[in-house]
Amino acid sequence: MKFSMLPSVFTQMFKKPWTNKFPAKYAPDNTTQFLADVGAGKAELIPPIETPPNFRGKIKYDKEKCTGCKLCLKVCPCEAIEFKEKEKKIKIYLSRCCFCSQCNDICPSNCLSMSDEFLLADIDPYSKDLIVE
Amino acid sequence: MSQTTKTTYHIPIGPIHPALKEPVYFEFEIDGERIVDVDVKLGHVHRAVEWASRKRNPIQIMYLAERICGICSYCHPAAFTLAVEKAADIQVPERAEYLRVIQAEVERITSHALWAGVAAHEIGFDTVLFLTWEMREKLMDLTEFLCGNRVTKGILTIGGIRRDITSDMVPKVTGVLDYLKDNFERLRKIFLDDKTIKMRAQGAGILTNDNALKLCAVGPTTRASGVKKDVRVGQSYFAYGDLNIDYVTPDTLTGEVNGDVYDRIIQRLLEIKQSIDLIEQCLDKMPKGDITYEPKIAKVLNQLKKAEGEGVGRHEAPRGEVIHYVKLDGNEAPFTWKVRAPTYNNILPWIPMLKGEQIADIPIVAASTDPCMSCTNRVGIVKDGNKYELTKEELHRLSVEKTRRLMR
Repeated sequence: MKFSMLPSVFTQMFKKPWTNKFPAKYAPDNTTQFLADVGAGKAELIPPIETPPNFRGKIKYDKEKCTGCKLCLKVCPCEAIEFKEKEKKIKIYLSRCCFCSQCNDICPSNCLSMSDEFLLADIDPYSKDLIVE
Repeated sequence: MSQTTKTTYHIPIGPIHPALKEPVYFEFEIDGERIVDVDVKLGHVHRAVEWASRKRNPIQIMYLAERICGICSYCHPAAFTLAVEKAADIQVPERAEYLRVIQAEVERITSHALWAGVAAHEIGFDTVLFLTWEMREKLMDLTEFLCGNRVTKGILTIGGIRRDITSDMVPKVTGVLDYLKDNFERLRKIFLDDKTIKMRAQGAGILTNDNALKLCAVGPTTRASGVKKDVRVGQSYFAYGDLNIDYVTPDTLTGEVNGDVYDRIIQRLLEIKQSIDLIEQCLDKMPKGDITYEPKIAKVLNQLKKAEGEGVGRHEAPRGEVIHYVKLDGNEAPFTWKVRAPTYNNILPWIPMLKGEQIADIPIVAASTDPCMSCTNRVGIVKDGNKYELTKEELHRLSVEKTRRLMR
């Protein structure tokens, strides 16, 4: 009983750490530069842990299918969806989205779906990556 | 020569303090190391959640309810949907009821594992914190697999549940349950046989059976004092009526009830075991069928818009009984929505628990009720930038006025 911790200490010593060192073993000083290097093949990216099936990530919007019924505006809990009157299409602000996928469920023409993209951090809430239209 | 007299002195702790996870204000009267008197003040994290519901429809409020508490992100929408279903007279299909039980129990295990880790951390036993949270991580992965996200589950809908557990998903669920059962013995050994935990927890923060009844404590806090109070058994909701479930109190393991912190640890470990058993029962008994009473949400919304009536939803959250009251009056947004979180009842038991204890026991005794401040804070009175305190008479008068207003 006195040294009951020792067995688990020894097994821990020979175990690989759980931490997935994403995106690189050591955090890069400049992420944009690092991503450019990855694109040029100079650096290697450690992939993130895979998301499970039916993960609720960034919303995908099929503009052609959309009929402009405005039902998604009605259920969106955080009012992240704007209706463009002229075009009769919607615009989703992901910085407000709470990723509940309720708009996907109510859409009668199935033009909305959830992708598994989750890297959505940005310094500008109105940046191009965070607006789906 | 002047005589020095021994007096007690005041120690304020909070609202912001390293030992507190959430803002709450304690005023202790201390005699040496011993606590003579305690006063608790709340109301630092009022977020006007109920007010925000006044311009939202029930489907939107579900996600608002989910954000009342991060750990009970299933219990609040569950109680809310139960209340709305009662108000609008909606029948939920049987399969959905079983699936709801599974989700509720997964959340209970996750929450109790989190609590066990925090309790170990509060007494300075941080290795145990990491051991329990390693177990919890498996459950978080399971939650993500079943619901699509780790914390805010978004799994409930009015009249059913949004995601089914199909036969190809069952092996993963049973796999996690088997892992839990294998590791449960290790957890039990650490928490119940370890000398350090026994020395810190036994005889600390005693809540007697009498006090638990008198102060209306709920959940594991009251059950650890031997009071048989559990909404899952007392009231048939979801599929709990069809399952083999009974009250769990610490005397089923030890043969006696002390009502101390140690008993609260035993209570939560026993509840983890009970929850594993309940999920297995559900997976066995689950009938085939629909998972929502109406798959078209637009139709549900239309029905709720016309519905008139009131309903109360009670659900046994990991911390105790959570009550939601909803009144629909034929408008898009409900006329009123009232939330009573379990911690509200578990605040007053702190006073008998803490009286007579040592200063060093404050964190573990306070944490032993598993408090959640942001759930509890439903009122804040601010006028001209000043915070006001209400007397008992004033509060009573205001409550009567509000009830009259709701009854019209």
